[in-house]
Amino acid sequence: MSQPANAAPDSDDALLRTTGLTRHFRLGGLLSRRMLHAVDDLNLVIHEREIVALVGESGSGKTTVARLLAMLYPPTRGTIHYRGRSVHRLRSRKDVLWYRGEVPMVFQDPYSAMNPVFRVSHGVMRNLKLHRRDLDSAQRHEEAERVFDVVGLNPAGDMLRKFPYEMSGGQRQRVGFAQALAVRPKLILADEPVSMLDVSIRAGILNMMASLRADEGASILYITHDIASARYVADRIVVMYAGYAVEQGPTEVVLSRPKHPYTQLLLSAVPDPREKAAPVSADSGEPPRVIDPGDGCRFRQRCPYAIDECARVTPLLRSMGPGHDAACHVAVADAEDHRGEGFGPISSVAKGTDTVA
Amino acid sequence: MPEPLLDVEDLSVSYLTDTAEIGAVDRVTLTLQAGEFLGVVGESGCGKSTLLFAIAQLLSPPAEITSGRVVFRGQDLVRLSDSELRHVRWRDYSVVMQSAMNALNPMKSIGAQFKDTMRAHERISADAIRTRSAEVLHLVGIDDAHLESYPHQLSGGMRQRAMIAMALLFTPQLVIMDEPTSALDVVAQRSLMTQIKELQQQFGFAVIFVTHDMSVIAHYSDRVMVMYAGQVAEIGDTGSIFESPLHPYSRGLLDAFPSVRGPRRPLSGIPGSPPDLGRPPSGCRFHPRCSEAMAQCTTTEPPLYSVGDTQVRCLLYAEQLRDAV
Ligand SMILES: Nc1ncnc2c1ncn2[C@@H]1O[C@H](COP(=O)(O)OP(=O)(O)OP(=O)(O)O)[C@@H](O)[C@H]1O
Ligand SMILES: Nc1ncnc2c1ncn2[C@@H]1O[C@H](COP(=O)(O)OP(=O)(O)OP(=O)(O)O)[C@@H](O)[C@H]1O
Ligand code: SF4
Ligand SMILES: [Mg+2]
Ligand SMILES: [Mg+2]
Repeated sequence: MSQPANAAPDSDDALLRTTGLTRHFRLGGLLSRRMLHAVDDLNLVIHEREIVALVGESGSGKTTVARLLAMLYPPTRGTIHYRGRSVHRLRSRKDVLWYRGEVPMVFQDPYSAMNPVFRVSHGVMRNLKLHRRDLDSAQRHEEAERVFDVVGLNPAGDMLRKFPYEMSGGQRQRVGFAQALAVRPKLILADEPVSMLDVSIRAGILNMMASLRADEGASILYITHDIASARYVADRIVVMYAGYAVEQGPTEVVLSRPKHPYTQLLLSAVPDPREKAAPVSADSGEPPRVIDPGDGCRFRQRCPYAIDECARVTPLLRSMGPGHDAACHVAVADAEDHRGEGFGPISSVAKGTDTVA
Repeated sequence: MPEPLLDVEDLSVSYLTDTAEIGAVDRVTLTLQAGEFLGVVGESGCGKSTLLFAIAQLLSPPAEITSGRVVFRGQDLVRLSDSELRHVRWRDYSVVMQSAMNALNPMKSIGAQFKDTMRAHERISADAIRTRSAEVLHLVGIDDAHLESYPHQLSGGMRQRAMIAMALLFTPQLVIMDEPTSALDVVAQRSLMTQIKELQQQFGFAVIFVTHDMSVIAHYSDRVMVMYAGQVAEIGDTGSIFESPLHPYSRGLLDAFPSVRGPRRPLSGIPGSPPDLGRPPSGCRFHPRCSEAMAQCTTTEPPLYSVGDTQVRCLLYAEQLRDAV
């Protein structure tokens, strides 16, 4: 394939790279001026053979990111490059099909993602026909059974014959994953693929994701609310809050030394069933303003460390260590004060956050 | 003991398909006192949603209640007509379904759906509707600007919360919730559960709640029911089940939890796969996967044994109880 003129500036080892990716939605009628900022200025990189976890508040823009990457929404601004090619320039049916085959999406709501009039085999077979031209009919059936088996839908033969309404929530969710697997994907956009699964089946899917990466070299954007599972499979973690990526870095680093106050709040709330309930934090749970938000840090109303600057200037991602960035004025100042020490006041608070009040 | 708010007795539900009869709920018995919080856990496909639908009388063919009663405030819901049910449902008990996308009307704004629900049960002014709608949305942490939004304009977790808000429009005596927090981040989840718990204490309603999240159970429910293959495997106080789970399946479930703290360890889950409910295993339904299975487990179906306040369906306790005599 010829190298397009608009290749990403630094054609690097990134499998996928977004630059300034932004998506706003108009609220109310066509004449309304109110804009909802679902995603703002996202620079996301996914490498080959990398599992990147995208976590963050409900409504922070994670699904919108995945839908932008899947070409289901056009961006308001910004670009997406896949293997150095601009995704927005993929116009021919052939190119779009190629991209969809390499980068399938697993939808968050398995109930809306399936056509109720078809048996669940339909979606898998359709994907196989479109994207695996080399297979004949018998091989397609075999392959359909294989992917159902991989996600624990067995006996696969019986399961393939079911209608969506004949399946439980967790069974449908796995049908979505099986459909994505059928195309032999390079990058799976997996939006909450295990939210409806019990711990045991969930473990199976997580292990399957890990071996997909190890054996087939696939990459995964793993959107999840389950921080423990992100820790289990992801190399890197990106934390979103109110449309912005507010922190990113190697999973263990972010989880053990979170720099952004939202990440700290998030981690402090992660429960452990073996522990007594932590006292409820004083956090108001006030939803952030994403409708015409204006300048400033979007977390400031909830932030225990907010300073004047936070209301005036939108913080940008700044380096906190190798591959570790956070977008917080206080964390940046803190890092500058304590160069080399590793822990600043914010981080020392965070260390004891299990029961922070 | 006061008369329970909800008394489910020997309830069985089957899906009658062309090829098989799938026994998704098998002789489930449980009671719920006013103000009580019961958590239900169990593997994907074990019948949790079917049980909740049966309690709420929301089943449709090919599902059929093949035995049992669902007595709610002294009335057997199984015997009520559709119009009688419409009267009770939503005002006296409300339901949050597993998929908000399935339950919300895609053609109507959230506000309009709230309005319809309230109008169906009460004569109420437009102003009062608007106030109450904004109030419940706020309760679940959603900007009330979204009263004008359509379901597809909300995120997954926001839709889920809108459903919960809808279930709280009135002050029902029983709230039935099927995985209501699966699409929420832990901060939102905790603040929501705490709100629900506060409301529950304030108004005294009871909650039945399905989740895969053991910590939600551990922190919020008074009692827990572990379901396996359509049956009650174990039911008892949350504290004692977490401290010493009796059923081998409950033990496996509690062990399979990954942690964000401490060393990373490989996750194994519970070996084997869920049984086919069209052809459940003989004897104890868990025996093909049980590490403690004995010879009689393959042939004898265990009844529910009482061990302390807990009831458990496992033959290990037949032995223990016999030894104790
Ligand atoms: N089609 C749309 N039209 C208008 N607003 C939208 C649309 N899709 C998303 N939004 C808004 O964009 C914001 C981000 O939504 P998104 O679904 O990306 O969140 P999310 O991070 O996936 O949340 P969750 O964890 O709850 O699924 C929300 O405020 C939502 O209301
Ligand atoms: N309409 C139907 N026809 C045939 N079988 C059905 C139908 N609906 C559900 N089932 C089967 O009944 C069993 C129980 O389903 P149910 O939805 O109650 O499970 P669940 O415990 O809620 O699972 P999950 O945690 O995945 O939501 C499943 O094995 C499912 O395949
Ligand atoms: S009855 Fe037997 S097979 Fe069933 S759980 Fe108990 S020990 Fe295991
Ligand atoms: Mg989402
Ligand atoms: Mg269910």
